[in-house]
Amino acid sequence: MGYSLDFGWLAGAVGAIARGAATTILLIVVTTFVGTLLSILGAAGRRNGPLLLKRAIGVYVEVMRNTPFLVQLFFIFFGLPSLGIRLDPILAAMLAMTLNMAAYTIEIVGAGLDAVPRGQTEAALALGLRPRQVFVKIVLPQALKVIYPALTSQVVIMMLESAVVSQIAVRELTYEADMLQARTFRAFETYFVVTMVYLALSMGLRRLLVSGGRRVLGAGVS
Amino acid sequence: MIEFTFWDILRNLLLAARWTVLLSLAAFVGGALVGLVVLFFRIAKNKWSRRIASGYIALFQGTPLLMQLFLMFFGLPMLGLRIEPWTAAVLGLTFFASAYLAEIWRSGVAALPQGQWDAGASLGLHYLQELRLIILPQAFSITRAPTVGFLVQLIKSTALTSIIGFEELVRTSNAINNATFEPFKVYGLVALIFFVMCFPLTQYARTLEQRAAAH
Repeated sequence: MGYSLDFGWLAGAVGAIARGAATTILLIVVTTFVGTLLSILGAAGRRNGPLLLKRAIGVYVEVMRNTPFLVQLFFIFFGLPSLGIRLDPILAAMLAMTLNMAAYTIEIVGAGLDAVPRGQTEAALALGLRPRQVFVKIVLPQALKVIYPALTSQVVIMMLESAVVSQIAVRELTYEADMLQARTFRAFETYFVVTMVYLALSMGLRRLLVSGGRRVLGAGVS
Repeated sequence: MIEFTFWDILRNLLLAARWTVLLSLAAFVGGALVGLVVLFFRIAKNKWSRRIASGYIALFQGTPLLMQLFLMFFGLPMLGLRIEPWTAAVLGLTFFASAYLAEIWRSGVAALPQGQWDAGASLGLHYLQELRLIILPQAFSITRAPTVGFLVQLIKSTALTSIIGFEELVRTSNAINNATFEPFKVYGLVALIFFVMCFPLTQYARTLEQRAAAH
């Protein structure tokens, strides 16, 4: 039984693949920004907040880290409407990705905050900075610099994980691949091409984050 | 129409969870065996062998697991192999795990001082004996925490095999949800079952980490 590969369909599919890739990129950009912001708040709250908040953040982190992303996504997309919260697929995907990512990055950011020597805070307070200024201008930049590589990896992992949101019909890269293979009956070739697109995206994203981080974080902090 | 009580739902989910556990174990054992081979290539003296192993690892760490499963599911039949969801699931997760485990263990090998190799060589051990008696036992022992951590990730990853049709916890929960229309309860229970499986392992990995840090 012979099977010959056929990539003839590819010419007509470039548009769909590009659209899907654009949606994947949109998802990861939103997730990265909102997720990082949330995790800074979460990590700070876990260290300096009231006891109840500390506990709540701890439980949140453990629950998200010990359950599959797919189940979280289904819970948000199918489960929340029974509480009266109905979300668009793309909004549900963004929410699930952000909440999932934040759980991992809260731990990462927290490790960074712990890595900044105590003397930095004391020196800044002695210079008359307010506690909030100390956090935003002194501690956080140094912490971000330490954890930047780990944060980068987490963003790439999240981008790869986003393939799953095709299951709630978000029209991203994997969804477009599903549609294409249903039309062309060339399942292996379709998924092979799309896998290579993902590989290029993850390599490009990593390179972009490394060079961008060097530019932004390298300057402000010595 | 059949009525599902809470206990019916829970019982069916727990029965399905057996397949999740079995798949995780199979993929972990298979991944460890293949990962060991990848590790040998990754730390070999030959430059090309190291490059090939790095490429293998980069490929699996740089693409979504879902795509790997699809390629397994649609690709193997082209080689004339009859394939069913469970074979695609076990094979896909095995290769996925092998790449991650090889990289984790490589970091353990890299963390050992050169003196360990030199001491082995001065005792007259040849390369394989050095690996078996000196290097690998230490590398495994210092990477125990990330290895357990990866097992947690692997258990969670088995959820994706529901998409290629393997009847594990998530696929069963989709079917139950379609019959009961109680997604909040059903997916909540699924999350709880996964949590019960993963949380003790996460705690164990944390203990190992703290023990390692104390040394």
